[in-house]
Amino acid sequence: MRPPLLTVQNLVKDFGDFRAVDGVSFELAEGEILGLLGPNGAGKTTVMNMLLGLISANSGSIRIFGKPLETHRIQILRRMNFSSAYTSLPGNLLVRQNLTVFAMLYGIRDWRSRVRETMERFGVADLADRITGHLSAGEATRVNLCKAFLNRPELLLLDEPTASLDPDVVDKVRTLIRETQREAGTSIIYTSHNMQDIELVCDRVLFLHRGKVIRMGTPDEIKASFDSSSLEDVFIQIARGGDLEIAGDR
Amino acid sequence: MNAFPFSPIAGIVLRYFFLYTRNGLRAFELFFWPLNTLLVWGFLTRYLSHAGAGEVSLPVSFLLGGVLLWDVQFRATQGVSVSFLEDVWTRNLLNVFVAPVRTWELVAGFCTVGLLRVVITVPILSLMAFLAFQFNLLEFNFWLVPFFGNLLLFGWSMGMLANALVLRWGQAAEGLAWALPFLLQPFTAVYYTVETLPRFLQPFSLALPSTHVFEAMRHAMAGNAPIAQGLVLAFGLNLLWLGIASLVMHRVLGIARERGLLTKVATQ
Repeated sequence: MRPPLLTVQNLVKDFGDFRAVDGVSFELAEGEILGLLGPNGAGKTTVMNMLLGLISANSGSIRIFGKPLETHRIQILRRMNFSSAYTSLPGNLLVRQNLTVFAMLYGIRDWRSRVRETMERFGVADLADRITGHLSAGEATRVNLCKAFLNRPELLLLDEPTASLDPDVVDKVRTLIRETQREAGTSIIYTSHNMQDIELVCDRVLFLHRGKVIRMGTPDEIKASFDSSSLEDVFIQIARGGDLEIAGDR
Repeated sequence: MNAFPFSPIAGIVLRYFFLYTRNGLRAFELFFWPLNTLLVWGFLTRYLSHAGAGEVSLPVSFLLGGVLLWDVQFRATQGVSVSFLEDVWTRNLLNVFVAPVRTWELVAGFCTVGLLRVVITVPILSLMAFLAFQFNLLEFNFWLVPFFGNLLLFGWSMGMLANALVLRWGQAAEGLAWALPFLLQPFTAVYYTVETLPRFLQPFSLALPSTHVFEAMRHAMAGNAPIAQGLVLAFGLNLLWLGIASLVMHRVLGIARERGLLTKVATQ
């Protein structure tokens, strides 16, 4: 049996007196898409940022590709990538220029062909000479995804990639992510407030509440455990439910 | 992965090459302020020298030399600090920090941008100084190398400290980051000698590498003192300042990771 691509064990993060992440543990297999769900303040973004090495843990461990993140950060980041609705590529450069810069930052030797190939894959080749800051939200999302797939990542972290997009564009972006992921076998950690997104894209879901994992399983298993017909109902129950039993206690 | 050495540094430099070559206004900004300062100081000193009916050439030369060399340090500082701020302003900082770029590569990239800014602006300024005021920077001969080298090094240290301020206190510290070179300017004897400063400020002034460069420049112009010793001292002080700036940057990055400041600065 192949070892998991990512192993998180008993992760804890305190910001002063506030415990943002409280003993979170999970694994991610190769080619799997794991959804991180939870109400605002649940700890999703903090976990995501810890996986990227942007925030250090108080205790616990993160191993990616079998190596501890703390000591092999750069080596690991070469095989990962990230895209978020809350960051953007420099708006004052052309799309092609931005992607070229990131190809260099990721040390991609055949950057010319890789940039061209990725732009074609994500249907943004016609935007190559457009100023990035002048793109529509949907176009900018596709360009951000291009950047995220530039280095053929084995692990991709997507933080609300479809936020503030209209349903038609959301559907296209979702399909694009799923198709590209299947072709490349990329493992993905995906956060979204769009429950349909999570149901359609993710193989497994991890529900966080007040920094703790309260449920983990396939979308169907999660719905069944809450006796609910949709993840949205589960989300509302969790958000309004106050203290909930944590995973494993059930 | 086909990583090749120095690719991240090349990526950072390429980003600023793209920025300045596709935006005329950015290129204009590169030249406007130093040219403006050069002309104002040049004409003012010429006027004062004429009004006082004294020796014209030496005071004018001291000031013009000061303006030109100060710009070297200022551009080097800006190259490091503004490059970093550019990523903050464009909400790109997180993308850069999650890319496989080591801190030293990031700093080296910014320093190279600073160096290129100097390489581009100083020849134009020098030409202008020669045409308008018959001030020939090349008269410094090989001394220009240690002058420029020392000022670049100190400018990079200041740029790193400015970035540490922004990382630690967010965009609220941005103004301070911009002002940092000017906070030091009165004490580093750009346009006057160290002896002009009050006695209690002189040790502080002498702890700044740039002070020794400006003093050396005046000695070289007046031809009345050996200057090598001062430049060696400046280099030693630069190593010390670079060490301090690196330590501060390293420590602030640690604090930023501990407190989640990187994401705050990047998304504010």
